[in-house]
Amino acid sequence: MVKIHERKFVSADPDKCVGCQVCEYICSLTQDKAFNPLKSRIRVVRINQLVNLAVTCRLCEDPPCIAACPRDSLTQSEETGLINVDEDKCNGCGWCIEACDYGAIMLHPENKVVYVCDLCKEKGEPQCVKWCPEEALDMVTSDVLAQKARITAVKKLFQEAIKESSKAS
Amino acid sequence: MFGYAGRILYIDLTTGKTHVEPLNEEYAKKYIGGIGLGMRLWLDYSKPGVDPFSPENPLILANGPISGTVWPTGGNGHAFVAKSPQTYGVGEAKAHGSFGTELKRAGYDAVIFKGKAEKPVYVWIDDDSVQLLDAAHLMGKSPAETEDVIREELGDYYIRVAAIGPAGEKLVRIACIINDKTRAAGRTGLGAVMGAKNLKAIAVRGTLDITVAKPEEFMEYVKEFHERMKGPATKKYRTLGTAENVLVHNSLHCMPTRNYNNATFEGAEKVSGEILNERFVAKIIGCSSCAMRCEHMCVVAEGPYKGTMTRMEYEPLWALGPYCGVDRLDAILKGMDLSNYYGLDAISVGVIVGFAMDCYEKGILTQEDFDGIDARFGNHEALVQIIEKIGKREGIGDILAEGVKIAGEKIGKGAEKLGQHIKGVEVTGYDLRCLKTAALGFAVSFRGADHNRHGAYAFDVKGKVNRLKAEKGRGKMVKDMEDIYTLIDSLIVCKFSRGTYYKELEDMTKLYNLVTGFGITTQEMVQAGERINNVARLFNVREGLGRKDDTLPYKVMHLPVPDEGPSKGAYVSQEELDLLLDDYYESRGWTREGVPTIEKLEEMGMDDLVNIVKE
Repeated sequence: MVKIHERKFVSADPDKCVGCQVCEYICSLTQDKAFNPLKSRIRVVRINQLVNLAVTCRLCEDPPCIAACPRDSLTQSEETGLINVDEDKCNGCGWCIEACDYGAIMLHPENKVVYVCDLCKEKGEPQCVKWCPEEALDMVTSDVLAQKARITAVKKLFQEAIKESSKAS
Repeated sequence: MFGYAGRILYIDLTTGKTHVEPLNEEYAKKYIGGIGLGMRLWLDYSKPGVDPFSPENPLILANGPISGTVWPTGGNGHAFVAKSPQTYGVGEAKAHGSFGTELKRAGYDAVIFKGKAEKPVYVWIDDDSVQLLDAAHLMGKSPAETEDVIREELGDYYIRVAAIGPAGEKLVRIACIINDKTRAAGRTGLGAVMGAKNLKAIAVRGTLDITVAKPEEFMEYVKEFHERMKGPATKKYRTLGTAENVLVHNSLHCMPTRNYNNATFEGAEKVSGEILNERFVAKIIGCSSCAMRCEHMCVVAEGPYKGTMTRMEYEPLWALGPYCGVDRLDAILKGMDLSNYYGLDAISVGVIVGFAMDCYEKGILTQEDFDGIDARFGNHEALVQIIEKIGKREGIGDILAEGVKIAGEKIGKGAEKLGQHIKGVEVTGYDLRCLKTAALGFAVSFRGADHNRHGAYAFDVKGKVNRLKAEKGRGKMVKDMEDIYTLIDSLIVCKFSRGTYYKELEDMTKLYNLVTGFGITTQEMVQAGERINNVARLFNVREGLGRKDDTLPYKVMHLPVPDEGPSKGAYVSQEELDLLLDDYYESRGWTREGVPTIEKLEEMGMDDLVNIVKE
């Protein structure tokens, strides 16, 4: 049976993200009860003033972080796709960090084990999405991302036609 | 302690020694943080009459109690304080971005730089580890380049850097200190103070947790302010930005044009905020923790200034544009970009170029003096070339780098009257001839000509008073605004967010208490604002400034607005200025010479500083 991918993860819209780091403050407050971007599961990258993007775990199918872990400390929930860290097994070696293409799994500065976005499962919804002042963050599936990209591309191609049709209506 | 880190870092650049002392909790409550705490500490660590470029002039860097939290616009600010090489009194400037919050997480409320390094150095503050590192390879680099090199060599992308550019190294008196590439602690020439200390940059990494006294109520309040920031109080900053002022000021005939020769600019439509947004703004970005976003990033995509990328606000747009008679936005953006590159206060640099062009048109300076540049008003190429000369202290730029006050005195032949400044600091984009509440605010501003010490222009521009009239009552209006503005700069929240504090001081007191847990009253907060203005005044009194310095630029008092229209004929006479000053000093409880009285100081619990006014 063919099934579309339903795993939802937090993704930032590069057109909307302004690099304000509110997500970082909110994440560290939620997870660690303090304001400290170093403890945030979502991190903002500003390449220059025009290029800003918040990045976090994308709940990959067949996650490289899990494959890289020599101690079997990481597992993935079949249902949600969340990466679970067995803190007793993890020794902070960092192979998973190297394996992740997004820098989404990190070594916790105090606990010395790796940590990664858990979509704020205890709160029921990701707090960064809830608080983002620009509404740049969203819970999406990879299918929705593809849909959005397609629609944007087609809109660009047919800018003139869309303008005309909106005038007509 | 909540909010405050509770520690002050002392760095002696001469000996290379550093130490940490606890923050005096009484100072924290009395002077809050930011510029308030900075000015109070400066008085403790300096001797009267110190030269601004002397190693004995301490440079103080302070964040505020809100820094490091997620408070919208409040988490991220920092202030610099020192004796200014322009005013020879208070020098202070603030910036936002991501630098102040990092300093708080490194565990400091303030850093005091004393002495002078033997060779150029930069300071690397990595939590408790503080090192002076060689900066020979950074010399001549722009603040943005310096930031990139430091991040690369220290191996951490998230290190925050505040640096001076070539202008600060060369002691250009309008040099600023830039962090996060486009955020400047711009005014009063503190980049030159840094340069005089052989201090090229300050790099910070902080890893500590920041917590507040009442986290749940605090987050409720944050939520409320996120909502307020989506509303009308911040709309201007989120949409057209401050550049919206161009057409507003122009229609009121209160936009100084061509070095104050006019109050309205025929090219205003070409350099309006509307055109800026339509043609050049590529993205509007935000500072750390901000829920507003205001930073209008502009890109020039074609023409002679192609490739320019910079932030733009009303003030530098006005200074580099109408004030120089230039009606090309691409050239204005290039001028701004160059100011960032050299590390120059872009407001002052525009006013200096306007001054130089006025000298040229009046025959005081010749084309030869400018190495062949045709420095007439409106020549955009001349604008760009003169900025380069100032940044490098090359040719005429070496004199202009002193600011319009000293340059005017050096050039002579009447140039003294063409330099429009107050206390040595170049004017900003409000024509004081026809905005008389603003004129008082500018005259008494403790850091020289500036709109950001009081915001008194709002009464005039919004028509709440007769802007052409000087009358009693304006003194108290300016005083009350100053007391709020100093609190804004001491808590360090962003002035663009001031409209979201619906109950102003009551809201700010609530914020302060939720963060610190101190539980002060609104009345105590009001008094802190007044106290900080008094400590600034004491700073200036101790350094020899007084009523004679609370004055207005020459043209504001001698050249009535010539343009036909709503401001025609307006100027401020000596009688009007005296009336305004008397009214202001009286509302402050100061003497007629503008000196705080012993009774006033004792009333505000400033007994430890009365010796300054006794002498």
